[in-house]
Amino acid sequence: MMSWEHMLPLVTLASSLVTGIVIFFLPERNSAWRSTLNMLGASIKVIAVAVMSRGFLVDGAEYELRFTLALGFDFLLRIDFLSLAFLFLSATLWFLTTIYAIGYLEGSPNRSRFFGFFSLCVTASTGIALAGNLITFFIFYEFLTLVTYPLVVHRGTKKAIRAGRVYLWYNISGGAVLFTAVVSLSALAGSFDFTAGGVLAEMAAGGNRSIHQLIFFLLIAGLGVKSALVPLHGWLPVAMVAPAPVSALLHAVAVVKAGAFGIVRVIYYVYGKEYSSSLGVLFPLALAAAITILYGSLQALNQNDLKKRLAYSTVSQISYIVLGAALASPLAVVGALVHLIHQGFMKITLFFCAGNMAETLELHKVSELHGVGRRMPLTMGAFTLAALGMAGIPPIAGFISKWYLALGGLQDGQLWVIAVLVASTLLNAAYFLPIIYSAWFRELPVDRRPVPLKGKLETRWTLLLPTMVTALFSLGAGLWAGWQWSPLGVCQQIVRGMGLMP
Amino acid sequence: MMVLVVVIPFSGALVCFLVPKRVRRYAGLAAAAATSLMVILFALIPKGADTFHHALGGWKRPLGIHLQADGLSIIFLLLTAVTAFLVSVYAGPYFDSPQEEKTVDHHFWTLWLLLWGGLNGLYISSDIFNIYVLLELVSLAAVALTTLKGEAEALIAALRYLMAAMLGSLVFLLGVAFLYAEYGILDLGGLGGELRATLPTITAFGLMVFGMLIKTALFPLHFWLPAAHGNAPAPVSAILSALVIKSSYFVLLRLWFEIFPSITTYAAAQLLGAMGAFAILWGSFQAVRQERLKLLVAHSTVSQIGYLFLLFPLTVAQITGEHDPSWSMQAWTGGICQAVSHAAAKAALFLAVGNIVHALGTDRLISLRDLKGRLPLSVFTIGIAGVNLMGLPPSGGFVAKWMLLNAVISSGQWWWIPIIVLGSLLTAGYVFLMLGHVFAPSRKPVLLEPVPRTLEVSAFALALCAIFIGFTTSGIIDLLQMELHAMPVPEALAWSLP
Amino acid sequence: MTELDSFLVYALTAVTLFALGLHSLLSRRHLLRKIMGLNIMSAGAFLLFISVAHRNGKEFADPVPQAMVITGIVVSISATGFALALARRIRKKTGLTSLDYREKPSPENHNRP
Repeated sequence: MMSWEHMLPLVTLASSLVTGIVIFFLPERNSAWRSTLNMLGASIKVIAVAVMSRGFLVDGAEYELRFTLALGFDFLLRIDFLSLAFLFLSATLWFLTTIYAIGYLEGSPNRSRFFGFFSLCVTASTGIALAGNLITFFIFYEFLTLVTYPLVVHRGTKKAIRAGRVYLWYNISGGAVLFTAVVSLSALAGSFDFTAGGVLAEMAAGGNRSIHQLIFFLLIAGLGVKSALVPLHGWLPVAMVAPAPVSALLHAVAVVKAGAFGIVRVIYYVYGKEYSSSLGVLFPLALAAAITILYGSLQALNQNDLKKRLAYSTVSQISYIVLGAALASPLAVVGALVHLIHQGFMKITLFFCAGNMAETLELHKVSELHGVGRRMPLTMGAFTLAALGMAGIPPIAGFISKWYLALGGLQDGQLWVIAVLVASTLLNAAYFLPIIYSAWFRELPVDRRPVPLKGKLETRWTLLLPTMVTALFSLGAGLWAGWQWSPLGVCQQIVRGMGLMP
Repeated sequence: MMVLVVVIPFSGALVCFLVPKRVRRYAGLAAAAATSLMVILFALIPKGADTFHHALGGWKRPLGIHLQADGLSIIFLLLTAVTAFLVSVYAGPYFDSPQEEKTVDHHFWTLWLLLWGGLNGLYISSDIFNIYVLLELVSLAAVALTTLKGEAEALIAALRYLMAAMLGSLVFLLGVAFLYAEYGILDLGGLGGELRATLPTITAFGLMVFGMLIKTALFPLHFWLPAAHGNAPAPVSAILSALVIKSSYFVLLRLWFEIFPSITTYAAAQLLGAMGAFAILWGSFQAVRQERLKLLVAHSTVSQIGYLFLLFPLTVAQITGEHDPSWSMQAWTGGICQAVSHAAAKAALFLAVGNIVHALGTDRLISLRDLKGRLPLSVFTIGIAGVNLMGLPPSGGFVAKWMLLNAVISSGQWWWIPIIVLGSLLTAGYVFLMLGHVFAPSRKPVLLEPVPRTLEVSAFALALCAIFIGFTTSGIIDLLQMELHAMPVPEALAWSLP
Repeated sequence: MTELDSFLVYALTAVTLFALGLHSLLSRRHLLRKIMGLNIMSAGAFLLFISVAHRNGKEFADPVPQAMVITGIVVSISATGFALALARRIRKKTGLTSLDYREKPSPENHNRP
């Protein structure tokens, strides 16, 4: 193999890192250069990820990059089955969100700062995906916390500052807990890389089981902040004041997924499925996830602010991934992983739509959406598609993930999971269907002055295009789920690769 | 060659004193560059016994002055060289600006080079009396630098600082007298070999350690620090917080691990660690409550010093009382990384805050809101330095806390865990107290005083150094493992033995 | 008096001097007294060095402590001079003769030499 291929993980990382750093130094008014750079970086990342995925899945190539920094302190970037799922998600969605953000923030102040940190944020999530051991994972995990803060407070309003503070306290505290846990593990078990099937059982054989349980608890508590497990979810709905592309990225890719992805890593690549079930830590986690699913959906019902409703919906949806991981039956893991991708596309569509409506018509509340479907049919169409997918209506992507989760519950003999899924589906329908109904079938309120079209499209093409692409992807992922290279097909390969399924 | 490390800054100080005012700045900068270069060259030369020992003027011990360097010396020399050079680059334009010129007379360069020479000398001197003299030199120069602004508050702070520093040195000197009375040797290595646990020895140990604790401003002996560091001109605050504090810490390391290892105990180490723990919590708790930027940063120093002292309990095993257990290398790496990265980060922080104070004309925390996205590089510097202090990746501070926590867990001294975690959280509290204001809406339009580019860039470079330290850890470990090349210690002269 | 006894007398005196100085430094508020306290402390330390020099009973004294004391005196003088200059400037600027902010500068303080 040629040596430049070894550098591919670094290229993937650098494509957004370098872009971010250069953008900081670009003058504010130089928006053409900034957009070009952004798109260039995003394209490089997508291509690099595509090349690596092909190399890894088809040719069985390995991509690994390791620096030893100090005593038991390796910095390791590596492609394995699990990284692919997250990497694919973050690379594609970064590309689309960048287009969206360029359109969304046109003419607003401090764009250099925004896009700089935006790129760093993607760098962090790429790093999380590529991390080959807990230390590297932790480094990028904390980096993510830091670079997201300026995005949350970007607007600089009192509300934004407050949201930033809440966001920080939750995440820095979570980070501190995670730090303790990660250091404890590396002090107890030495330096180890992520290994499918888990390493802890051998590395610390004969170790104190209750200490391992404690560390597991700390790890989950630390990661649970980002993945918004109840009661650690408080920051997520508050952080909604951020600009729409940020919320989209926070919810669909970067922050919450980082937490969920970390939990999957811990269960399958550190503790290992057998060892964690023998420690008896998986059932409490599954229970916490189930509670989060129901609680998030119930809260979403009460929200009138559209973005807040979507935020609580995220709280609920992310825990599907955690639930699937905690069930530990292969089909449930497939469900969890495929939901990682599906939820990303569906949720980002929803946030794009919310942003479109806020940007074009200045609508923020659910109660204001009467008749909006006639003014913005494409946006509302995308919204409808994604919302139905979230609720799990076939043949949209969300149905596939729920189906596999339910199968996993059956396979594991835990029937209560199905009850939770059904209840959650009903709740999802209860908070999404009214929006869809009023948007399409209610009359426009008489007192509202219609906003005239500017040009042929219902809004700027930069806002519309990413929305349509993600919506169609959600539909396509469901329709062609049987294809070998659909998200489902790839996730099945991943789970086979992890050695969980023949 | 080793002598040049001390001689260059001292001669530079003399030259700066003699040349006319308008060239002083250039002479000073040239001397600073030469010193840094010398230190770097010295650190690069191949390691061997001849180069690392030097008897001044050919006089042998115990009459002559003997210089020696080991890995620890080189680390501290390098840390000083890099930080000091960037601070010097900063100081030129800083003291030239019309705003400062009225109040500051032109002795900064003389005093600063004297101080630097003193620091370098301290790191390579091999006997405890020389250490005393150089400590005094460093303290006097540091106090004089504090007074440069000439405001009443600065003067009072300086005098309090002087008293504390003198008290520390005199207590140390009394300890030296006790040791000399008991053993008739002043040499570091010689004393370490001879030591017996007698009453005068233990008294000397207590006195010397106590003296150094005052100078390092470990809680509760930090009373003099915030006012002195908070009222000095920006480059001076940076020098005091980043470098001067580290010099007495260095002496403490020498005392603890080279002279007195045979009488330090688990309990004594735990006591130092406990004081460090209180320092971490108290300092950051106070920092969160400050309303003035520079005082906030000064209190942060009180807190960061605390981490340095976790090194002591972590190098002694609990039950056996055994020294140098398996995890002590991690503790050492953590402690030294903390010292080094704190130096770079804190200097960067003080300089960046200096820029902002310079631009706004006030150092009230709330006035950060008036920046409105201006001075992005200085704000960014504060951010990066803050990341370092919080111990978040990627930075030297992260490696430091990682290693310390690793040693904590390996040693089973779990009671330090909440301290380290809580300390990081409080640090995040005061760092984001500053950054939060930057993003907040402004109260009124404020015209900024222009800040020279050099000021912003040199502060930023220091912050980058702090990040870079995170990637040099293996170098630090190598240096730490470099033993002092043994040099036959001459028998103490017959008539000096009791 | 034997050799050891005379050494003990000197040593005890030295430590007492040091303690007296320390007491003055810590408990007095007036700056001049504090500075004098520091001076007395250094005198105590020097006395201890000097007494060590002649404890071995040989006809000549150990030169090392004497060299150290001379150096020490130089250091001490410069520190004292500096401290006095600082104290003078503080009084000139603020009228304070102590480090206590709460103390009201009295007109009487200004008149004192």
